[in-house]
Amino acid sequence: MLNADNVSCLRGERRLITALSFTVQGGRLLAVTGENGSGKTSLLRMLCGLLPAEEGRILWQGEDIRACRERYLANLIYIGHLNSLKDDLSPVENVTISARLAGEEISEGKACEALEAIGLAPAIHRLPTRVLSQGQKRRVSLARLWLSHRSLWILDEPFAALDDSATGLLVRRLQSHLYNGGIVIAATHQEIEVGADRLDHLRLSG
Amino acid sequence: MSQPGMLAALREIIRRDILLALRRRSDVMTTVLFFIMVASLFPLGIGPEPAVLRTIAPGVLWVAALLSCLLSLGRLFTADYVDGVLEQMLLIPQPLSVLVIGKVTAHWLISGLPVVLLSPLLGLQFGLSGEALGVLTLSLLLGTPTLSFIGAIGAALTLGVRGSSLLIALLVLPLFIPVLIFGAGAVTSSASGIGAGAHLSLLGAGLLLALALAPWATATSLRIALE
Repeated sequence: MLNADNVSCLRGERRLITALSFTVQGGRLLAVTGENGSGKTSLLRMLCGLLPAEEGRILWQGEDIRACRERYLANLIYIGHLNSLKDDLSPVENVTISARLAGEEISEGKACEALEAIGLAPAIHRLPTRVLSQGQKRRVSLARLWLSHRSLWILDEPFAALDDSATGLLVRRLQSHLYNGGIVIAATHQEIEVGADRLDHLRLSG
Repeated sequence: MSQPGMLAALREIIRRDILLALRRRSDVMTTVLFFIMVASLFPLGIGPEPAVLRTIAPGVLWVAALLSCLLSLGRLFTADYVDGVLEQMLLIPQPLSVLVIGKVTAHWLISGLPVVLLSPLLGLQFGLSGEALGVLTLSLLLGTPTLSFIGAIGAALTLGVRGSSLLIALLVLPLFIPVLIFGAGAVTSSASGIGAGAHLSLLGAGLLLALALAPWATATSLRIALE
């Protein structure tokens, strides 16, 4: 369970978020919506601990995330609006190295399976990432979701640059994660078809 | 935090940065060629007088090593910052300072170690004796990692700032001065027959101090840069 308790966020001179509170239980997806500049990315970065909250606290299983940083991060996957890929490495190398850095020992075979699960053909698994399209790069970035058993997924515009086929694969992966009791918090401009009984909305007005 | 987890992350970041350097060999070659060119220009410009060359050799070779280190510092965190990988590193359940040690170690292996290995060869151009060449190599072996650790603080402090290359130089060059003095001084002392023990000990102490403080300072600067 993740709680935001009266959190506020200041960016420069501008107060983006004021005294915001919400709770996300296991098995539920919180869709964060709002206009450009309304503070969606700032909120997600605050929830990850990348950006300190001006006021208030963020609690993971009832404990302040600053107090249980390592345990919290061991449960978290954050995929930001940047793909966090190295252009000079292949998709397989990007996936394996990022997983190993995060403390998850995975084989190249497993990485290939994850890339295929998000619809990337084996022929491009070993190409330099720089030659891939934006949509393919986004798929490589999202392949982490097929490799990890972490319970909290925080995703910033996960559907950006994806075609219908990849969107469908991602939605099914989100459904499976929610069904297994996981939590998803996603900033998005589109409806996520995971079922109304599992979906909550948070609209930011900026 | 588990020690095996920290060591695995350290090993992985070093392996990754070396792999990336091998894929972009031009970046590595630029640093090494710069060192060779700067060190080689002095004998060509000053002339073949052996006594003069032997006198200026320690300072010239050390300044060339220092400038080549400075040349590569701008790349230490910038690429990871631009593509979002640095943000992911902040979310790894290991202390950020461990990852900083890994990145600095890789930086030294890529840009500092070739300088150390080439220095005896370049020292021959200046007519340095065998003993002085040995001291030169040892002083660079102790001093160049210190330059990388100090430089990492400057690279982190100027991350995302326009004109960061110049700023890094302004920030770290004053901090490089003690390393330069003790490094060049070790070779000069050895060439004069005084012995380089004191200078090398101070370089070693500087490396230990940099290893203890620089990763923490760099990690703090990176967190601030990414807020």
